[in-house]
Amino acid sequence: MADLPETTPALHGVMAEYDSGQALVDAARKTMAQGFTQVEAYSPVPIEDLNTIIHKSRTVLPGLVLAGGLAGMATGFALQYWASVIEYPMNIGGRPMASWTTFIVPSYELTILFAALTAAIGMIVLNGLPRPYHPVFNVERFSMASSDKFFLVIESRDPKFGAAAAFLRETGAKGVYDVAE
Amino acid sequence: MADLNIHRPMALQETPVILPGHDFETVTETIAEIPLSKRFPLGWIGIFTIALLGAGMLQMALGYLVLKGIGIWGNQIPVGWAFDIINFVWWIGIGHAGTLISAILLLFKQQWRMSISRFAEAMTIFAVICAAIFPVFHTGRPWLAAYWLFPYPNAMGLWPQFKSPLIWDVFAVSTYATVSVVFWYVGLIPDLASLRDRASSKLKAVLYGMASLGWRGSARHWHRYEVASLILAGLSTPLVLSVHTVVSFDFAVSLIPGWHATIFPPYFVAGAIYSGFAMVLTLAIPVRRFYGMESLITMRHIDNMAKVMLATGLIVGYGYSMEAFFAWYSANPHEQFMMYNRMFGPYGWSYWTLISINVVMIQLLWFKSIRTNTLGLFIMSIFVNIGMWLERFVIIVTSLANDFVPSSWGMYYPTRWDFMTFFGTIGLFLTLFLLFLRFVPMISIFEVKTLLPQAKVKAEP
Repeated sequence: MADLPETTPALHGVMAEYDSGQALVDAARKTMAQGFTQVEAYSPVPIEDLNTIIHKSRTVLPGLVLAGGLAGMATGFALQYWASVIEYPMNIGGRPMASWTTFIVPSYELTILFAALTAAIGMIVLNGLPRPYHPVFNVERFSMASSDKFFLVIESRDPKFGAAAAFLRETGAKGVYDVAE
Repeated sequence: MADLNIHRPMALQETPVILPGHDFETVTETIAEIPLSKRFPLGWIGIFTIALLGAGMLQMALGYLVLKGIGIWGNQIPVGWAFDIINFVWWIGIGHAGTLISAILLLFKQQWRMSISRFAEAMTIFAVICAAIFPVFHTGRPWLAAYWLFPYPNAMGLWPQFKSPLIWDVFAVSTYATVSVVFWYVGLIPDLASLRDRASSKLKAVLYGMASLGWRGSARHWHRYEVASLILAGLSTPLVLSVHTVVSFDFAVSLIPGWHATIFPPYFVAGAIYSGFAMVLTLAIPVRRFYGMESLITMRHIDNMAKVMLATGLIVGYGYSMEAFFAWYSANPHEQFMMYNRMFGPYGWSYWTLISINVVMIQLLWFKSIRTNTLGLFIMSIFVNIGMWLERFVIIVTSLANDFVPSSWGMYYPTRWDFMTFFGTIGLFLTLFLLFLRFVPMISIFEVKTLLPQAKVKAEP
């Protein structure tokens, strides 16, 4: 490392720290009103307003879960139909081979199984996780983001990034930090 | 426990979900310091040692079972199903409280559930693990049983029998186990990030950091997270109701007197929730005292859980009376004999013990002074667990021991291996639960925080 020339690391963005969820929400509103576009907020608890203010769109997860559930139901029914009617037909108490009523329970369970796995894995994947490293972790104060501090980041790819640090200082931030890439 | 015997019924009206004096930082600190601490408390080590001995006993019992076969158990024709299925139903039932608390109460926006949901869910997972041991090992050689339990292409070209409730049970229980683990882990992710950020050593930070998947708590993360949690709760609710329903089909779809009853599904589900809440109380009362969690698991929680226990207990009592009514009203001599035999036959003692616990003793919960007496409730919760175990014993053993043909009647006597396996699973359960208490935040940190005024945000002006 010693041989390398000293350079300023590229910036991921600037980060402002707030004491309360209310302060963060107020700052986020001002930031968006100011015309910044590459903004992200970090909080120790879920604050639904933040997503509405900053990202303005809702996740596609519910649609994926519906598709997952339907796929589970189809899989469950097809598996039972194929096994009981085509591959291994067996007369059980004179019931018809394709007795769909007895196929309900496993189809139902697989519907829930596939839907639940889609919900959990979908949430993780859409969130870009697992991702052990992220530039925001370079800021020492950010370790408080999982305890009781609230953070707002304006990323360096924002066209108005030049004015970001000065702007954030005026939003009632307790501190404004550079986030190294 | 003298200080907890609060005799101020009216004052409890105001008991909040979290006692005053907490903010974000103290909540994180109180909960996170337990898994992060370097010390292993002496009491924890003592109980853990006993639990581990129990788990060792289970290992011995199962090892000998695999060596000798299920002949070491007391199961014998006509009672071909005994401790194995009793314990399976008992454990699965206990598991139901966790999902009820974390899913159904979430949908009903019951905020008091937040302090107890985490360890109730952990209890669910460990109870399902204990439950699964019985059906798996009652096959004698579980590694050979896979082909008739799970649909997979095997060399013999055989497929499971999908018209049997027993195969439905495999699907229901394995789905339940998987979804419970997933729901629990998703709930843990933000809290594991809290532990990562507070960890004192690099190793802990890395381990908790990996487990938290690099959670950052961004607005986008939280939005997807909340949507996913709500969906998982919505999916778990019909799931939890279906699991014990399917377990009851194992009995209700057969023709044995005392099993072939339409009331079984709702009666089993209510019984499951009843025994599950009893187990949550059995665990929560000592845990909140030992770890000083009285400000987060307040008397409000204890009182509410006792009320749920009372309500579901009354449904179970209704189930007992309907069983007797159906037997009489059916005018079927076999059904009528079954009921008479249950009450006054060779196993009458178990029936009346069960009635005196689940119907008579439970009435004490109408009194607020009982519901807020933690020692009294703790003892009652253990009795309820015994009562619910006896309920399954009564249903399974009395119906099988004396069925249609008197010449084929026979008594059932459990062997020492039956008892070792059963008590061994309690040891395994406690071992897993104590490890959970030590290494995982036992209360959901971020959910409890959402109850504090700091988390409230004014609507857009």
